[in-house]
Amino acid sequence: MNTALAPRPTGPAHPARRTARARLAARRRLRVLAVGAALTAALTAATIYAIGTGEFDIAPADVIATLLADGSKAHEFIIETLRLPRVFTALLVGAALGMAGAVFQSLTRNPLGSPDIVGFTTGAGTGALIQILVIGGGMAAVATGALLGGLLTSLAVYLLAYRGGVQGYRLVLVGIGVNGGLVATNAYLVARAEFAESQVAVTWLAGNLNGRTWEHVNLLALTLAALIPLTLALGRRLTLLELGDHVATGLGIRVERARLTLILTGVALAAMATVAAGPVPFVALAAPQLARRLTRAPGPGLVPAALMGALLLLLGDLLAQRLLAPTLLPVGVMTGTLGGLYLAWLLVHEWRTTRR
Amino acid sequence: MAHTVAPPKAAAPGQPRRGGPARGLGLLLAAALLALAVTASISIGSKGIPLGDILSLLADPDGSDAAMIVWEHRVPRTLLGVGVGASLALAGALMQSLTRNPLADPGLLGVEAGAVIAIASAIGLLGLAGLPQYIWFSFAGSAAAAVIVYLLGASGKSAATPVRLALAGTAVSAALASATQALVLIDRDAFEKFRHWGTGALAGHDMSVLTRVAPFMLAGLALALALGPSLNAIALGDDAGRALGVSPGRIRLTGALAVTLLCGAATAAVGPIGFVGLIVAHAARLICGPDERWILAYSAILGPVLLLTADIAGRLLLWPGELEAGIVTAFLGMPVFIALVRRKKIAAL
Repeated sequence: MNTALAPRPTGPAHPARRTARARLAARRRLRVLAVGAALTAALTAATIYAIGTGEFDIAPADVIATLLADGSKAHEFIIETLRLPRVFTALLVGAALGMAGAVFQSLTRNPLGSPDIVGFTTGAGTGALIQILVIGGGMAAVATGALLGGLLTSLAVYLLAYRGGVQGYRLVLVGIGVNGGLVATNAYLVARAEFAESQVAVTWLAGNLNGRTWEHVNLLALTLAALIPLTLALGRRLTLLELGDHVATGLGIRVERARLTLILTGVALAAMATVAAGPVPFVALAAPQLARRLTRAPGPGLVPAALMGALLLLLGDLLAQRLLAPTLLPVGVMTGTLGGLYLAWLLVHEWRTTRR
Repeated sequence: MAHTVAPPKAAAPGQPRRGGPARGLGLLLAAALLALAVTASISIGSKGIPLGDILSLLADPDGSDAAMIVWEHRVPRTLLGVGVGASLALAGALMQSLTRNPLADPGLLGVEAGAVIAIASAIGLLGLAGLPQYIWFSFAGSAAAAVIVYLLGASGKSAATPVRLALAGTAVSAALASATQALVLIDRDAFEKFRHWGTGALAGHDMSVLTRVAPFMLAGLALALALGPSLNAIALGDDAGRALGVSPGRIRLTGALAVTLLCGAATAAVGPIGFVGLIVAHAARLICGPDERWILAYSAILGPVLLLTADIAGRLLLWPGELEAGIVTAFLGMPVFIALVRRKKIAAL
């Protein structure tokens, strides 16, 4: 399992090979940049397409004109009040999930260590549900509840998996168990709620982007504006942690503190995504993996993962809206189906190549 | 399957040997527990009916409201709980023994999710509304899911380890559950009943459900209990089994058939209920040691005890409302699953 994430073994620095390696490193960096640019381009195109599609289709040229404040009044209304909040929420939630997934997959050195598999997003959902259904409160209170839920879950999973150290598979299986218990808790919370409230909660729990407003976008934009730069700033430490605790310590990293900060930011990213869209499954798992397959670069690859997450969620949402139109499926149903299949493929692929 | 093979003589080190009489006595005790659970399940409910009245109503229904509640709600519900609990526990014990996997459970390994999506497709896409028709889809779906999960887990160079099977089951379950949700959302009207059924509740089914699934459950039960001696024979490996004169391939096939019958019937009746197989089979193994015949017998009796207890707890937790039994078993199953995962050797079966 670890081989896909473990850094390539580097041989002794042989002078004759140095220039070759420098060239290789340059080519790698170029590839990462190219993938980033391609993802950004795809993201822009998908965004414009997503803004233009729906019950009332708007041509891409008109979408661009309206975005540049040069469109008709009708287009302006549709785009600004209906389409933009949804698309922005999708982009931001996807980016947050992709980045959170990259952080945790790198920390656990295991693709299955992503927050949706080990229950952190479900835990954030439980926290948010308790806040909505039991305590009550506005958007900020719900966000706090989700954050607390995610943090407590990650703490519980870590402690339950601890047995003189945390071994990768045990963490994942304990996470799966905790996830199952939290799903039951969420069902219990919904069952004891008033009918109207419970209906809202059920659609939210599926992972949903229907009816998102600027309120969601603002919350996400504000929190992610702080969290994403923070995570990126921690990215170098994450790369060094991948080399192992001893090496990282030798290179001047305070390992435990770095790990704790990274866990906190990762959980916060996943929690904010959950507040805005519910526990959307498998984006955090798939985005870093797919991005890594494209860039073929070692290290956590935070930015490509975030771009890929945004793209996946946007495309998933488009598919969920169009596949069975006029029925609007929750995006979580789409990512759940495709992501489950992807996970099965990923497992088989890993097992074929490793001998565990 | 007629070969009677002596159970492994030497119990695992550190495990006290239990003689036949002690295990027989334990089985009687378990049966007494079951009788207690059945009585409690018939007497506890949002309408309080004294126990004495219930007994007289059971013997002689007098057409009163209380008689109707007892005969049309509580009795079918309790009997369904007995049938489903025994089926799921037996299926779990069989799966654990056949795959030599302590984490095997019809819910965890995706078998129930397969049955659910097959039934949802039968209702939503083919318009089959009745249990007699869609139960066949339930069998097909659970068998297909079991095969897929097993093949996924067994892919690659080494055999299917418990960890791999559990992960493959998680992946398949997740994909199937999401696809089922999509089916349900397409046609809300057709799925009004499905939505209740999909939550794994014992309540809200009438006697006809039980009479329709009971033959399949009984067939599965008979197959499972008949397999006990052969399972002992292959407990030490397929080669040892062959030396003892049984055919491992045929045992696996019969076992898979029994699991399909049991899970398919249970899921078609009340929807997916997880963790019963996991908890009960481990409890049975803990009580009576490694003899598969006794494990299966204990599972068949303790399964209903657990499911009925979970169902009663669900009634008490949200009084006067109700929490579905499947949710309660998930609460109970989580600590068991985590404790198993934390054990040093996960493959210690």
